[in-house]
Amino acid sequence: MELGRVEGTVVSTAKTGRLKGFKLLLVNLVGPDTTPTDNFVVAVDSVGAGYGEIVIVVRGSSARQVDQLTNVPTDTSIVAIVDAIELGGKTVFRKDRS
Amino acid sequence: MRLGTVTGKVWASAKDAQLNGFRLAILQPVDEQGTSLGSQLVAVDTIGTREGDLVAWVTGAEATFVGPGKQIPSDVTIVSLIDRLDHTTSP
Repeated sequence: MELGRVEGTVVSTAKTGRLKGFKLLLVNLVGPDTTPTDNFVVAVDSVGAGYGEIVIVVRGSSARQVDQLTNVPTDTSIVAIVDAIELGGKTVFRKDRS
Repeated sequence: MRLGTVTGKVWASAKDAQLNGFRLAILQPVDEQGTSLGSQLVAVDTIGTREGDLVAWVTGAEATFVGPGKQIPSDVTIVSLIDRLDHTTSP
């Protein structure tokens, strides 16, 4: 899984039937210290992530393992909203302080 | 399976219900010498690792299998804590 920051929403009216009703977000993948990589992905959101939040992104067929996404054609899903990250014994990110 | 070193932890209270109860670790993929390979990842930790541990991890669809009949939305899962790695080069 990879870390990313939600940096936008993707608005799409004409989409395949099984994607209808799902929120698509634009996610900038970040390093473990939340430094942006400027590699962007479009992810289906299943946890209600909001703008600016650090999230966990799952790719590949694992992205369909989310309960609501079993038959949804997605290869990139947001599965968690990050509260805190500890790296090398030090807290490098805390949601309530960002 | 690939080798990796645990470098940190991630806390996330809002997550897919199937991930409840699993710990999340920051993982640096490494080669057999312990040299870093590529960027760090977030992994589901099924065994309770600590920072600095050498582990084996699986990727792709195999990462979803964490127990009999149980599948989770993960594409990086730590499945083994490595006690010792014996690397013998051919003569």
